[in-house]
Amino acid sequence: MLLASLLVASFVIFAATYLAPGNPIAALSGGRSLPPSSLRILEQRYHLNAPFFAQYWYWLSNALHGNLGISITLRENVSTLIASRIWTTAGLVLYASVLILVFGIGLGLAAGLRPGVLDTSTVVVTAISAAIPAFVAAIVLILLFAVRLGWFPAIGNGTGLVDNIRHLTLPALALAISSLAIVARITRASVREEGEREHVQTAASRGIPGRQLIRRHVLRNAAIPITTIAGITIASLIAVAAVVETAFGLNGLGAYLVQAAQSKDLAVVQGISLLLVAAFVIVNLLVDMLYAVLDPRVSLGSRAT
Amino acid sequence: MSTGLPVAAIESIEARQPPLLPGVRATGLAGIVSAAIIAAATFAAIFGPLLAPYDPNLPNLSLAWVGPTGGHLLGFDVQGRDVLSRLLVGAQTSMLGPLVVVIVSMITGSLLAVVAAWRRGAADAAISSGLDILFAFPGILLAVLATAVFGAGLTAAAIALSIAYMPYVARVLRSAAFRERSQPYVAALEVQGASATSICFRHLIPNMTPLIVAQATILFGYAMVDLAAISFLGLGVQPPRADWGVMISENQTGIPQGYPLPALAAGVCIVAVVIAFNVLGERLFEQAQAART
Repeated sequence: MLLASLLVASFVIFAATYLAPGNPIAALSGGRSLPPSSLRILEQRYHLNAPFFAQYWYWLSNALHGNLGISITLRENVSTLIASRIWTTAGLVLYASVLILVFGIGLGLAAGLRPGVLDTSTVVVTAISAAIPAFVAAIVLILLFAVRLGWFPAIGNGTGLVDNIRHLTLPALALAISSLAIVARITRASVREEGEREHVQTAASRGIPGRQLIRRHVLRNAAIPITTIAGITIASLIAVAAVVETAFGLNGLGAYLVQAAQSKDLAVVQGISLLLVAAFVIVNLLVDMLYAVLDPRVSLGSRAT
Repeated sequence: MSTGLPVAAIESIEARQPPLLPGVRATGLAGIVSAAIIAAATFAAIFGPLLAPYDPNLPNLSLAWVGPTGGHLLGFDVQGRDVLSRLLVGAQTSMLGPLVVVIVSMITGSLLAVVAAWRRGAADAAISSGLDILFAFPGILLAVLATAVFGAGLTAAAIALSIAYMPYVARVLRSAAFRERSQPYVAALEVQGASATSICFRHLIPNMTPLIVAQATILFGYAMVDLAAISFLGLGVQPPRADWGVMISENQTGIPQGYPLPALAAGVCIVAVVIAFNVLGERLFEQAQAART
């Protein structure tokens, strides 16, 4: 299924860019008219006269060997261009995922296990912050923490590990905020629901101590919906990173994809899209595998829909 | 809630949640406020150009970043245009885009769901696996790809998003359609010789309407966030046309300079409308669920 998804996705990406209006020769020559001899060389080098499926095959097999073609605007290998930007995006998504898992699940557990003021305020705050898009969060965070308080830099990547992390803090927060709220809400709801189950009530009446009750009976069952939502939201960060990178002027893959889309640098668009789709599919696969670990009833390959 | 769009999952999990704010829910305050926000945004989307006190596209650089004054409640933006007028006129594209996405994805998604439930077997398997593959494309990514190929613009972005949302719609409605399909009244109608299309369109789909409406409402919020994000990236609605997403990206430069109002005003519009649709959608979902049991 994974391979089929990726194969079809790669086909869609290639077919879409193949159908794009515009002549590849004109793009390669920058619009100048070329003598017929150079035209023939270009046609041969890029297999422009080959049938559609043959071209797809050339592109795919090259891509699998790490050769994604040449950027027409920067005149460099797409793979090199991607390699220099991938760590920014990976770092950003990883940082945001940690924030989501730690604070989202933490907040949800705290609110779910202890009804009261904390619970009520969590419910209200998360209902609002779940609706804040990443780019709105970005401008608010820049305004508060970069302009007003001056705690964090507003734009750029920074140099060195510590500085990098400092530069990535606000972007990661902007990226994480709505997902964090969603994860907290689901965590709270599922902890509540499990806590009210009969087997938990029975266990409590048998005198099983609270801590053990929560760990063995409540969390064990609540872990399944929490994993589902955390997995889905974290996978979605891969695409939203483009918005956050653009807002904070980060030199990452997503921001580069957007620039390439604007300048119609199709080789770059193809390469990055393929990579992001692959990452998205792989994260989803990892979540599926986690289910089998968490819930012995689930066998791989037969995930209930 | 921006993005890759976990609608189906969130809905199925959130539908079981206890009420958002017990006190508020009882009085219906959140619902009334949400309905009012949606009504106001819809009104602005239809009559915005008539309501706008000034020309939303008339720049006056000498007034750039000037704050609120008597006749200009929200001040001026980066190019010295009246912010309030741009918000009112921008409501049009900001609301119309998500509306198109919701309509297209709901129609295609529910048709696929009903066909899968009616035919079952091979047709269901084909539709389900086709949708599984579509799940591999996050909405924003598909929209960026579409704009790279067909040129930046609202149309390409909206069509791409509709396609990306379709599997989420179809997945939720498919199980509802299956449930409906196995009801005794369907068998009774079949025995009476009613045709498949007439059963589907006269009975099956009408019976699924509460769920369809609830899902469309929630989807509207997601579509608004994603389309605004694409416009923010410069790939959707093109400036100088007014649009809430465009306004944030245009006026972003004002934030480090100490003029955050124009960008924030547009951000507040988006967030308010999205929250309103979420609250309303959640409620409709609960009702749809309650009606079924």
